Amino acid sequence: MFEYYLSLFIKSIFVENMALAFFLGMCTFIAVSKKVQTAIGLGVAVIVVQTITIPINNLIYTYLLADGALAWAGLPNVDLSFLGLLSYIGVIAALVQILEMFLDRYVPALYNALGVFLPLITVNCAIMGGSLFMVERDYNFAESVVYGLGSGTGWALAITTLAGIREKLKYSDVPQGLRGLGITFITVGLMSLGFMSFSGIQL
Amino acid sequence: MSEITAKQVLVTPIFENNPIALQILGICSALAVTSSLQVTLVMCIALSLVTAFSSMSIAAIRKHIPSSIRIIVQMIIIASLVIVVDQILKAYAYSISKQLSVFVGLIITNCIVMGRAEAFAMKNPAGISFLDGIGNGLGYSVMLISVAVVRELFGAGKLFGIEIFSVVNDGGWYVPNGLLLLPPSAFFIIGLFIWALRSWKPTQVESKEYELAPQTTSMQEAH
Repeated sequence: MFEYYLSLFIKSIFVENMALAFFLGMCTFIAVSKKVQTAIGLGVAVIVVQTITIPINNLIYTYLLADGALAWAGLPNVDLSFLGLLSYIGVIAALVQILEMFLDRYVPALYNALGVFLPLITVNCAIMGGSLFMVERDYNFAESVVYGLGSGTGWALAITTLAGIREKLKYSDVPQGLRGLGITFITVGLMSLGFMSFSGIQL
Repeated sequence: MSEITAKQVLVTPIFENNPIALQILGICSALAVTSSLQVTLVMCIALSLVTAFSSMSIAAIRKHIPSSIRIIVQMIIIASLVIVVDQILKAYAYSISKQLSVFVGLIITNCIVMGRAEAFAMKNPAGISFLDGIGNGLGYSVMLISVAVVRELFGAGKLFGIEIFSVVNDGGWYVPNGLLLLPPSAFFIIGLFIWALRSWKPTQVESKEYELAPQTTSMQEAH
């Protein structure tokens, strides 16, 4: 049993890396990867939010939205799954807000470190994508906890690595039109090729 | 600010101010869905319609939205539109909807939609916001379709699933470049497109972050 979860964890970090295999959260991935320091801050925020939202969305899906999920309320024929998208984004937005207030009150050090990135996470496709993948693959509660933690970690790892590369890259002499965004894309492409070598690994 | 004309709003996002190449918005889906032209086309239509209609609805009620909750209001409008698109695709184009999988849902978090709602629709009337949405959708589509054409044509020798180059496996002459069907190739292609676009319109070139010192050939003079 433990091995199964470990394998899921490793798979969600390396093989199915959110950023480099599914290209989720690319906008922030490219925009906020100029400095390692900020990249780590954002990465930690994503891990925290991902680990909380995916299991909660999982509960909402299993007990409220899925076909026949409302049986406990005496409504066995109701299928609300079309409301999925709306509920997930609502949950994510609300959770980010709550987390922000909670951190501000109890862990001000972390709150200051995360700063502006916390609200930005609401529109990060990696979070939303995580919830949608969780539904598509029918994860149960325990699996979704592991998946949330793993996919968040994978994303954080990817953005920190890219920031490290970009910090060095700014000293290099890049052709004019390729400078900035262009070369970043090509760098990410090469990283993605590197991560492809993990595919097919089974633990 | 000068008068905004309909033509301007429609045309500038295509090359001058492309959402993907210049504003770095909406890249997530740009990369993942471009391995086949048909899927890409559906995605582009869906995104353009959602952007246009969400901009229009938000612009129509912009004076009644309190600014403290505007993000939530925008989110809900966008999410409802995406649900409509998702249901229509499931009903009429089920196989394409399966191929797009989570990416239809991810239109909600696509920064182009949010970005236009926030930057344009909150300040302008409904009609022009609708056109702005269409224009940005077109800018996105131009980029995506060019990437998809390159990937499908050179990766599989086909366009829309119809054979253009006869590949070696079927007794033809063309050896397909399998790398182009793999996800990382999308990054390279977009990177090269940005390069091409910026060589054509040099105003978009980013300034240097760090100036290299000139090579010091005459060290003795400095002493």
